[in-house]
Amino acid sequence: MKKLINNADDFVRESIEGMALAHPELIKLHLDPNFVYRADAPVANKVAIVSGGGSGHEPLHGGFVGMGMLDAACPGEVFTSPTPDQILAASKAVNSGAGVLNIVKNYSGDVMNFELAAELAVSEGIKIANILIDDDVAVKDSLYTQGRRGVGTTVLAEKICGAAAEQGYNLKQLRDLCRRVNLNGRSMGMALTSCTPPAKGSPMFELGEDEIEFGIGIHGEPGRKRLPLVEADEITEMLARSIIEDTAYTRTLREWDENKEEWVESEITDPNLEKGDRVLAFVNSMGGTPLSELYIIYRKLAQICSEQKIQIVRSLVGPYITSLEMQGCSITLLKLDDELLKLWDAPVKTPALRWGV
Amino acid sequence: MNVTKQQILDWLQAVTQTISENKDYLTELDAAIGDADHGINLDRGFQKVVPQLSQLETKDIGTILKTVSMTLISAVGGASGPLYGTFFLRASTAVTGKEELTSTELADLLQAGVAGVIQRGKANLGDKTMLDALSPAATIFAELVAKGNTTVDALQQAVQAAETGMKQTIPLVALKGRASYLGERSMGHQDPGATSSYLILKALLETITSDSKANKMNGVK
Ligand SMILES: Nc1ncnc2c1ncn2[C@@H]1O[C@H](COP(=O)(O)OP(=O)(O)OP(=O)(O)O)[C@@H](O)[C@H]1O
Ligand SMILES: [Mg+2]
Repeated sequence: MKKLINNADDFVRESIEGMALAHPELIKLHLDPNFVYRADAPVANKVAIVSGGGSGHEPLHGGFVGMGMLDAACPGEVFTSPTPDQILAASKAVNSGAGVLNIVKNYSGDVMNFELAAELAVSEGIKIANILIDDDVAVKDSLYTQGRRGVGTTVLAEKICGAAAEQGYNLKQLRDLCRRVNLNGRSMGMALTSCTPPAKGSPMFELGEDEIEFGIGIHGEPGRKRLPLVEADEITEMLARSIIEDTAYTRTLREWDENKEEWVESEITDPNLEKGDRVLAFVNSMGGTPLSELYIIYRKLAQICSEQKIQIVRSLVGPYITSLEMQGCSITLLKLDDELLKLWDAPVKTPALRWGV
Repeated sequence: MNVTKQQILDWLQAVTQTISENKDYLTELDAAIGDADHGINLDRGFQKVVPQLSQLETKDIGTILKTVSMTLISAVGGASGPLYGTFFLRASTAVTGKEELTSTELADLLQAGVAGVIQRGKANLGDKTMLDALSPAATIFAELVAKGNTTVDALQQAVQAAETGMKQTIPLVALKGRASYLGERSMGHQDPGATSSYLILKALLETITSDSKANKMNGVK
């Protein structure tokens, strides 16, 4: 293992300490339990947005803390979800009284830890909404799996909901908005190489020089299938087709019902993409793929969308939700309406995403 | 023979040791079908349990198990943190205030713990999870105890059931947790959570039998 680290056990702490030192005007750091939060939190009368997950996906989530996005982020160990005490402490630190929206990626660990945290928060009188992001079309059905994973759409949901919270949306409105973003976003990813978690010291899986993993998540787990390496245009074609041709997807999601004070399950179905739709196209690096290659992917994606009469009206290209140093990329298409578009364009000021200010 | 508070404390110590010894093994199992952190996660959690044991000597078994639960919930993370945390939390409420456990009370403890894992994780038997080791063990233990078997006898069979359940996860396709994303590729691998559950139950059996052997040698009934 060759990494710029001091000691594998200090990896997460030293990394978030460095981030806080680099952006003192935007964020503060709390250690033990670990969370990054807005320097000006709690923001009066604003619903707070708290997210979190395993580390190793930087800039997600800590890099998105700041005006117009998250109020707090809870980093777990590498690829391991944060713990309920962490999430509870973060929620308390940023709650203005207007409530807290948790944005949670659909991984069993994240889901269960956020559920426990939400139960604890509610018992302390904090109003909570909890929305799962499950946008990964590599997972075909929810009957035989934990369901689709939360990937690229998470970044977009954090941005859009963060803007809405800033504009005064209440907790219920934010919950509905976040659910809507999730339903309209779809992603697909692939890997050229594996990645090495510092504590493990060796690659997560073996991948030959001429092979790719297709349909990966963001935790260095192997994907749906292993395929021979082909050129970028063909890979883009495969990624884009999986998203565009994905049909309506139905799953049962658990959300906190603040009136009943319990978890309720409801069946939710995504609409599929159609000709004439306006989308935000997000081409993401898994950490080790340079921007130059991402633009080669974007170039082909733009061509495909135009052939399919899908209109790209906004784009995001870069490393925003990564798997350590893994080479590879993911594509996310988020169907936009006027409201989502306006919220996407609203000002944001975080370590990793900043415009309009 | 009742299970004493000291035996519960010794058990937790033994769990910490066996998890630590099998940390790499559990992590390797998780690397094959998960994200290579199961051993690391559990070891981190139980290492934080041990320093608290000496302060718990004066507390009842319910309080001891509740402390273990809170420690695991805050230190393990992953899926296994809330799952084992909920296991020990429910187990603790089943034995609130107890200084010793009859075999029936131990059966209640195990069954309450398993019910907690089911409620939190929503897994079914055969989904290739820790439940495949935990659930048959708790069921057979309760059955045998109800028939009048001793704690040690029932526990021996329970651990055997856990071991069988653990091995039976090998050909299964995972339907819950991270491994489920692999679909059929999860076949042929033993589930890490079922393995740690087996180790935890085996540590209980070993703690209790080593004590009962020692007692026999000392002429204690
Ligand atoms: N829903 C569930 N119900 C019961 N057991 C589960 C469930 N999901 C996962 N498990 C068990 O947890 C084990 C994995 O635990 P581990 O500590 O590695 O968490 P993880 O899946 O890596 O969590 P995370 O998703 O946060 O990384 C599996 O081997 C399985 O036995
Ligand atoms: Mg794991």
